[in-house]
Amino acid sequence: MRRLINLKPSRSVGVMLGLLPFALIVIIYIAASDKRLAENPDDRLLPSFTQMGEAVERLAFEPSRRTGEYVFWEDTKSSLQRLGLGIGIAALIGFSIGTLTGSIPLVNSPLSPLLTVISLVPPLALLPILFIVFGLGELAKVALIVIGVAPFIARDIQRSAQEIPTEQLVKAQTLGASTWHILLRVLIPQLTPRLIAAVRLSLGTGWLFLIAAEAIASTDGLGYRIFLVRRYMSMDIILPYVAWITFLAFLFDWLLAQLSRKAFPWHHQGGKA
Amino acid sequence: MSAPMIEVKNLWKEYGNNVVLERMNLQVKAGEFITMVGASGCGKSTFLKMLLGMEEPTRGQLLLDGKPIPNEPDQARGIVFQQYSVFPHLSVEQNVILAREFERSPLLGKLFGRARREVLEEARALLAKVGLSHAAKQYPHELSGGMRQRLAIAQALIRRPRILLLDEPFGALDPGIRKDMHTLVHQLWQEHELTVFMVTHDISEGFALGTRLWVFDKLRRDDQAPEAYGANITYDLPVNRESLAQLKERDYG
Repeated sequence: MRRLINLKPSRSVGVMLGLLPFALIVIIYIAASDKRLAENPDDRLLPSFTQMGEAVERLAFEPSRRTGEYVFWEDTKSSLQRLGLGIGIAALIGFSIGTLTGSIPLVNSPLSPLLTVISLVPPLALLPILFIVFGLGELAKVALIVIGVAPFIARDIQRSAQEIPTEQLVKAQTLGASTWHILLRVLIPQLTPRLIAAVRLSLGTGWLFLIAAEAIASTDGLGYRIFLVRRYMSMDIILPYVAWITFLAFLFDWLLAQLSRKAFPWHHQGGKA
Repeated sequence: MSAPMIEVKNLWKEYGNNVVLERMNLQVKAGEFITMVGASGCGKSTFLKMLLGMEEPTRGQLLLDGKPIPNEPDQARGIVFQQYSVFPHLSVEQNVILAREFERSPLLGKLFGRARREVLEEARALLAKVGLSHAAKQYPHELSGGMRQRLAIAQALIRRPRILLLDEPFGALDPGIRKDMHTLVHQLWQEHELTVFMVTHDISEGFALGTRLWVFDKLRRDDQAPEAYGANITYDLPVNRESLAQLKERDYG
């Protein structure tokens, strides 16, 4: 018998093993749900897939009787708008600060300690301040995502910029590059794929802050909806919403990975030269 | 006798209490090919960095054309490092035209249209000379170590520097490829009328390539305090063509 660490599943067995836990969870859920519903048809804790399907159909494909809107899609639109705006602004700020502090010592000295301290402030503790300063509107929610995500991106990009070999910076200077040239042609192009990687890592945090902000002060959005229907124990709505959020998170992660691989092939094939 | 291009006058380099180089006095004429050998940590790379402008002398003077050498790297002094010399995000031809783009486009550092086609033409001629014509569109990670160093040399030469600095450029290459690189460097040195300084670990490489060989070592030594004294050039050997031919026969026969 070979050692355990040397036993590798074949590709098909690997896929099967990967799907197994999902199948198990679904089977256990259906069994448990059936059992509870058999005892009490009005049970709300573990709705059947049919009940969840009906709830989604009601929210996604029938206009709301109150506003005439398709609630599910409106929620999705509002949430994605906030998330996109928040992550976009955070990426822009984080990338600029990270690139400059990582490459220019005179920018690094005054900003780096500040950045370290800011990144240690728990963003949710700042949420009340944001609500006081920016009001309960969109701005506070977007600001929360920016504050939560930008320092992480800035620090990640700063580290990546510092990891670019000194040899490259010296070489660029011997080719007659100015500081501006080095930023534009050497650092920024090489840091862009790192930015995509940093955004992928910070999307999870972004969702966290989005849902937190929506739960506390909002009138629409995916996070708002699940916290609203919690009052009625509507698991038939909460569970599909959670699945939908998970799917969206997965989708964006996948899209960013594809974009990076298509746009920066040299980065993914180990280009360090 | 013409004035020396580079003059070293009583030069010292210290890091705190660690004396790396001491009492160096040298003159180098334009067109010399100097190879520097010596044990690790003997200061030859430090000296190269001073020539490049990455390090400054602690005491004494390092003069280029009678003036102190600029204290940051510039286009008069090209460099090829052992690794990380080329830009991984640019194709071979983009790597080569980069220097021209810096020169001709102060705002964007990038050329378009006809200006770009012109410098691409120039780059192709240079790539043909270093034997990389077939790889013009490839990226550095697709090249072998030898091809990457050829690219680094072509890239360093496009703006016609007067001085070329080589920091163990062939240290990571196979012996067969190294021999090809020697021929190439020798040919480019003559064609471009370069003054070359090359750090190497391989003393036969030093003899084979240079017109002058410097051996870095410590003249004074204190075993109780190994950092108290710095290195200097203990042998400054002119290399003549006959000894070169003999060496070639012995090493590569």
